[in-house]
Amino acid sequence: MKAVISVTGKDGVGIVAKVSAKCAEYGANIIDISQTVLGGYFAMIMIADVSELSVQFCDFVDYMAAAGKECGLQINTMHEDIFNSMHKI
Amino acid sequence: MSIVTTNDILETINMIQHENLDVRTITMGISLYDCVSDDIGRLCDNIYDKITKKAENIVKVGDGIGKKYGIPIVNKRVSVTPVALIGGKSTSEDYVKIAKTLDRAAKELGINFIGGYSALVQKGMSRGSEELIKSIPQALTETDFLCSSLNVASTKAGINMDAIYMAGKAIKELAYLTKDRNSIGCAKFVVFANAPEDNPFMAGAFHGIGEPECVINVGVSGPGVVAAAIKRAGNCDFGELANIIKKTAYKITSVGQLVATDAAKELGVPFGIVDLSLAPTPAVGDSVARILENMGLEHCGTHGTTAALAMLNDAVKKGGVMASSSVGGLSGAFIPVSEDEGMIEAVNVGALHLNKLEAMTAVCSVGLDMIAIPGDTPVETICGIIADEIAIGVVNTKTTAARLIPAYGKNVGDSVDFGGLLGTAPIMEVSPYSSCEFIRRGGHIPAPMHSLKN
Repeated sequence: MKAVISVTGKDGVGIVAKVSAKCAEYGANIIDISQTVLGGYFAMIMIADVSELSVQFCDFVDYMAAAGKECGLQINTMHEDIFNSMHKI
Repeated sequence: MSIVTTNDILETINMIQHENLDVRTITMGISLYDCVSDDIGRLCDNIYDKITKKAENIVKVGDGIGKKYGIPIVNKRVSVTPVALIGGKSTSEDYVKIAKTLDRAAKELGINFIGGYSALVQKGMSRGSEELIKSIPQALTETDFLCSSLNVASTKAGINMDAIYMAGKAIKELAYLTKDRNSIGCAKFVVFANAPEDNPFMAGAFHGIGEPECVINVGVSGPGVVAAAIKRAGNCDFGELANIIKKTAYKITSVGQLVATDAAKELGVPFGIVDLSLAPTPAVGDSVARILENMGLEHCGTHGTTAALAMLNDAVKKGGVMASSSVGGLSGAFIPVSEDEGMIEAVNVGALHLNKLEAMTAVCSVGLDMIAIPGDTPVETICGIIADEIAIGVVNTKTTAARLIPAYGKNVGDSVDFGGLLGTAPIMEVSPYSSCEFIRRGGHIPAPMHSLKN
């Protein structure tokens, strides 16, 4: 089971490190990262394997959002199926 | 990316965060047939126990699925067997007790609405149905989450004009009884022709007579997404426009199907249907009227609006059907006035009138919805408006409905605020000429014939 973690906010030092550390803390294995900075605005999309999470997926969603809020980032974690259902026929 | 492209991911996130994409409702339909008892106390206990047991996890499961997919699931609701069918020898006082029981169950579950305080009277009225209709004003005044509906006509049965007259009187009384709250009682009561039996949307949801023991129906939303897609497309012809709407509807409905399948599995209940309706809210960017305006109309209600809506409605169905294993309910664009920011503005600038709305309902789902009219509108005029709307449904073999609010003490130029998803309704002008003699005839308008189609 995979999740898409999107991270947006003002660019700064160590954003990738912070988010990855949180993923590691809860047992989410990062598979792919796509990241860019446009006009000082940071945007990243991570794909992570969440089948071995140490917490419930719903709680993981909350913890990631809370961790983002602490450093002024918006972190949304969504199950991959919503993208698959919408964009694959 | 390993699964879908970055652009696809960003598109989905943008739809949810900026274009108000949400799942409007997960509605659990519950049969009340086995609650029947000749003792009103036992009947109410049976109803309460069954609903609170069957739906005990609906809110938890709905919220969990919303979190899993990162999409708001706005409402969790329950619909039940039309109460008139299980009331037995209940009197109207007894029916009020059932109404309060349903409301108490809704509060216990923490759901947003419970529907099915309903009667099917298209061909005639049983004693129980008549008692239930009489009880509607009191039942909806003394409850908070209960919704009520009547099916007064069908293409096969014709139009029960006596039932429409009773409905008109109930609406008027309901407006008076809830006058301290802008006559909000009327927002919870809808009159149908050809009512669908698997509709997840309120106020008209009920668990139809041929439905299974328990079922999960899901209603999607997403007018903001369609409006934005049309705006992005810029100047293209109608063929291309229809394609854009179809593709967008496919995406919206896919989410509904995903949520419905998950919810059915987690609740251990069969999946019923996805209702692929475009359901607006009063929020900016969540309006069906704005879709029509993005197609090139200066204001919703001007000439061309019916054609634009017809195309929208058809394209939504074509795109949506492919995304779901089973489609039902109302399925189409909703055009409520108070619940749609663009409709409200169109009324306020004088672009949209009742007559045009009536024409629009001939080509889209539902009907005259959430329309406030002057509080002193005569009962027979209300019945005339309903009868017109119902006739459109009966003759065109489609669902139509009327949810009218004769806002007590208000007149054209005023508006009434219901708060939340029900929104704000500007009072619309009705014809000053009488329908009295017509409505007072009583009886039944025969079913239309189905040949000689002109």
